[in-house]
Amino acid sequence: MYKILTKKSLNASVTQMEIEAPLVANKAKAGQFIILRVDKDGERIPLTIAGADRQTGAVKIIFQIVGATTMKLNAKNSGEYIQDFVGPLGKATETEGIKKVCIVGGGVGCAIAMPVAQEFHRLGVEVTSIIGFRNKDIVILEDEFKACSDKLVVMTDDGSYGRHGNVTVPLKEMLGAGEKFDMIITIGPLIMMKFVVLTAKEFNIPCTVSMNPIMIDGTGMCGGCRLTLNRNGERITKFACVDGPDFNGYEIDFDEAMSRNTIYSDFERKARDKACNLFKTV
Amino acid sequence: MTIIAKKHEMPTQAPEIRAHNFDEVALGYSAEVAVEEAKRCLNCKNRPCVAGCPVNVNIPDFIALVKTGDFEGAYKIINKTSSLPAVCGRVCPQETQCEQRCTLGIKFEPVGIGRLERFVADYHNKNAAAGDVIKPVDNGRKVAVVGSGPSGLTCAGDLAKKGYRVSVFEALHTAGGVLVYGIPEFRLPKSIVEREVEGLKALGVDFETNVVIGKTLTVDELFENGYEAVFIGSGAGLPNFMNIKGESLKGVYSANEFLTRSNLMKAYREAPDTPIMKGGKVAVCGGGNVAMDAARTALRLGADKVYIVYRRSMEELPARREEVEHAQEEGIEFRILCTPVEILGYKNPDDPRDPKNGFVTGMKCIKMALGEPDAKGRRRPVPIEGSEFELKVDTVIMAIGTSPNPLIKNTTEGLTVNERGCIIVNENGLTTKKGVYAGGDAVTGAATVISAMGAGKVAAKAIDEFLSAKND
Repeated sequence: MYKILTKKSLNASVTQMEIEAPLVANKAKAGQFIILRVDKDGERIPLTIAGADRQTGAVKIIFQIVGATTMKLNAKNSGEYIQDFVGPLGKATETEGIKKVCIVGGGVGCAIAMPVAQEFHRLGVEVTSIIGFRNKDIVILEDEFKACSDKLVVMTDDGSYGRHGNVTVPLKEMLGAGEKFDMIITIGPLIMMKFVVLTAKEFNIPCTVSMNPIMIDGTGMCGGCRLTLNRNGERITKFACVDGPDFNGYEIDFDEAMSRNTIYSDFERKARDKACNLFKTV
Repeated sequence: MTIIAKKHEMPTQAPEIRAHNFDEVALGYSAEVAVEEAKRCLNCKNRPCVAGCPVNVNIPDFIALVKTGDFEGAYKIINKTSSLPAVCGRVCPQETQCEQRCTLGIKFEPVGIGRLERFVADYHNKNAAAGDVIKPVDNGRKVAVVGSGPSGLTCAGDLAKKGYRVSVFEALHTAGGVLVYGIPEFRLPKSIVEREVEGLKALGVDFETNVVIGKTLTVDELFENGYEAVFIGSGAGLPNFMNIKGESLKGVYSANEFLTRSNLMKAYREAPDTPIMKGGKVAVCGGGNVAMDAARTALRLGADKVYIVYRRSMEELPARREEVEHAQEEGIEFRILCTPVEILGYKNPDDPRDPKNGFVTGMKCIKMALGEPDAKGRRRPVPIEGSEFELKVDTVIMAIGTSPNPLIKNTTEGLTVNERGCIIVNENGLTTKKGVYAGGDAVTGAATVISAMGAGKVAAKAIDEFLSAKND
């Protein structure tokens, strides 16, 4: 069992928790993830590590309350315990040779982008961050990004906060104005990442994407998280859990990844409705 | 005395009933039948069966006690060399091991050694009082075991009995490895694995679940933490795919994923937390035990029709005969001498948002003929040109083998693997790194539970000798 040390609501549907897991905290690097189970017989879900404190053994996770499992997780309070917590899994974000980076985060993906931005900042890399949200109410982590970015642009789809439009608008402007990033790193909804990659491609800037497919074990055992990469005219299968989660955005078959992510939509909707009812009656 | 020519039948659930539940298929001998079966043993002098067992269970001696009705005594004999008798009695391929060498088997059917082993183990589990365990004298020395599958459990058990302080590190949330995520409930009830794990805990073995060696901790860190030897029994968990078109469509699973969802994540239960695709028509590609497990699981989950698609003929099926027979009785259809060339999916040309898009609709296969024997002596399947046909299915399960996981190799300096990623060891299970031993599928590639147990046993002995010598 793993103790919930702190719990904080970042917006109406996004929660941050710190979990006591010293072994994970010891090893965690930006870009890696954990898998947790809320209770016995619970589902295993992957969540990116949003931060770790080696002194206290706390591992920070940020999650959006989207389905039955995240609802159950959100129903727990600090001082309570969750069943399982394993990690750090996956490869850390590659930072070598990068002097100037652009981090593009979307929605709850910003929670994953934040530790990456912080790591680059710590390494003395020039960091530009573009973070996008649907509207003002769900803007998260703005202060954190401000603290680790040389330049920060906040976008909202409806213009209720920051600039109006999606994240590719300022990215395109910057690149068009001759901004030369060594790397663009994007984390967020698949459709957003797809368009960030297209923009990066237009200006010939390398682009890393952080993939978050459906997973079970997180150690390469099930192959459920497989992705197809187009490399030199060949189609290559990779497992996000052990080969990623970061991939060269130019190579990812986004349409396939988007399709695969919907395999259990039906099941998930039913489970969510059931969980909703459960929490309503409590 | 007249010899009974055939083994006493193993009572089973009727096929039409068991095809719809996850309860165990084979029901086990009664005490009376066990005694009668034991009487078939000739108690011959040269005891070939013992040599046929990878862990050399003293078969004639335990059978002799079954004859007299001393079942607990029989258990003690088996338990001296095998730490998982209730598991082995169920999943060992006895027909190619102990029973294949049985003297009685020359003229008649061999003694049902596996069935007797299972009976004895079940008798013990049912009747022995908890707390019967005599805890060995602690020698204060720490050994780490990586992976809690059959090789790891055996190695841990043998070392614990010698007084070592053993910690078993397991990546998943439940101990048991392939015994819990791979082999289905109807062939090996999880309560049996749990009981074996509890038995080891009673001996003082410590289980650390949710620790991925190679990620959470490295092998070198285990040594830094005071472990004096490490046994790697991390199995062969990496699923192979065929690399054909359509393999990423929704409804294509590796057998590992399909079985893990059902077995470990309990997707077979009512209202599970973990989803699985069920119902419709299912094709399982492959002919091994894993393919049989996947096919029979799919059937029990409610499939209308399940095919095994195998490129050679029935004779070459690598699965145990008994599993194949059980599958056939349950109504699994064997489509032999053909292989998939493409998996077909739904695509609505008018609506890219159609929720059916991207789901499997069928599998294009090509017929095969058997050609010249390959290096292993198995006749090589050759595609017959122009013989393509389509099998209408909703789910495809790839059960074409697994490879060892590279996580440990990639993070352990000095550990050498071969071109298939299998860890290289000497005859004692010692790897190329001092103090590090390995066994089971991590060394051999996908094989059997009992051979993994044999390897765990060999390594435990070698670790004991290594550490005893270090002491002097």
